[in-house]
Amino acid sequence: MSLFLLNILLAIAWAALTGSFQPLDLLFGFLLGYLVLWLGTRMGTPPQYFRKISLVLGLLGVFLLDLLRANIRMAILILSPRMKLRPAVVAVPLVLKSKSAIVLLINLITLTPGTLSLDITTDQSVMFVHTVYLEDPEQFKQQLLTGYEKRLQELFEG
Amino acid sequence: MLREIVVIVLIFGGAIFMALAGLGMLRMPDLFLRMSSSAKAGTLGAGLILMGAAVHFNDFGIYTRAFAIIVFLLLTAPVAAHMIGRAAHFDGVPLWKGTVQDDLKGHYRASTHALESSTIPENDCPATDEDEIPDNSEFDR
Repeated sequence: MSLFLLNILLAIAWAALTGSFQPLDLLFGFLLGYLVLWLGTRMGTPPQYFRKISLVLGLLGVFLLDLLRANIRMAILILSPRMKLRPAVVAVPLVLKSKSAIVLLINLITLTPGTLSLDITTDQSVMFVHTVYLEDPEQFKQQLLTGYEKRLQELFEG
Repeated sequence: MLREIVVIVLIFGGAIFMALAGLGMLRMPDLFLRMSSSAKAGTLGAGLILMGAAVHFNDFGIYTRAFAIIVFLLLTAPVAAHMIGRAAHFDGVPLWKGTVQDDLKGHYRASTHALESSTIPENDCPATDEDEIPDNSEFDR
C-alpha cells in the first residue's frame, strides 16, 4: 500500500517536473514511477505490490466484461416474449475471511450475470445468492467460487 | 466528429440499458427478480451516460468527477440492493411460485433479526405473507 502511495507521489513529481498536469502526463509518470520502483525493489525481497497491481487490473477487466455481459443477457431476457426464468436462492459457503474482501465479493456478485447477493450469516460463513436462472446448484456454487472468490483471496490474503 | 460519435454511442447505450431495466421492472414476476433487473442496469446505464458527458466536455476536471461518481455508484448501488433484498426476505415478501430453491428460508431468527448458518426452530422464523402472493398468471406454463 505504501508503495502505491509512493508511486502516486512519483507520478505527481513527474507532472510537476514537466510542468504539465494533463492526464496523459500523470499516467506516463505513474508508469515511469512503477518502473523505477520495480527496479529499485528488485534486489531485496520482492514486495506484493507488483503482483497485486496486475491482480487488480485483471479483476477490473474481468469485472467490466462481466458487467457488460450481465446487462446484455438481462436485456435479451427482458425482451424475449416468454421469459426463461428459473429463480432460486442458493446458500454458498464463503471461503474468504477478510471483511473487505467479502464486501467486494458481494458487490461484484450483485453486479454480474443474473445474480444478486441477499445476505450473509452473522458468523460470515455462508452467503445467500439469488439467481435468475439456476441449472445445477453445485455447478452454480463452483462457478462463483472459481470466478471472483479465488482472485479476491489471492489479492487480500495472498 | 469522431468524438461526437463516441458520445452518441455512450449516451444512447446508457439510455437503452436504463429503459430496458424499467421494462424489466414491469415484466418480472417478483421483487427479487425485479431487483436483479434494476441493480445492474442502473449502474451500467448511469456509468455510460456519465462517460458520454465526460467525453463530450473533454475536460480533465469533468473526467475525474465522472470517474469518482462511477466508482461511488459501483460501491453503493449493490449495498442498497443487498439491504432491500435482505429486508424483503426477512419481512416475508413471497418469492415467485416458479422459484426452484430457497435456501434462505428458515435461517433468519425473528427475535434477534440475525441470520444464522444453522437452521432456526420453526417458532422463531419470520412469517411469510401468504395472502399477498402476486398474481403472475402471465408466467404460468
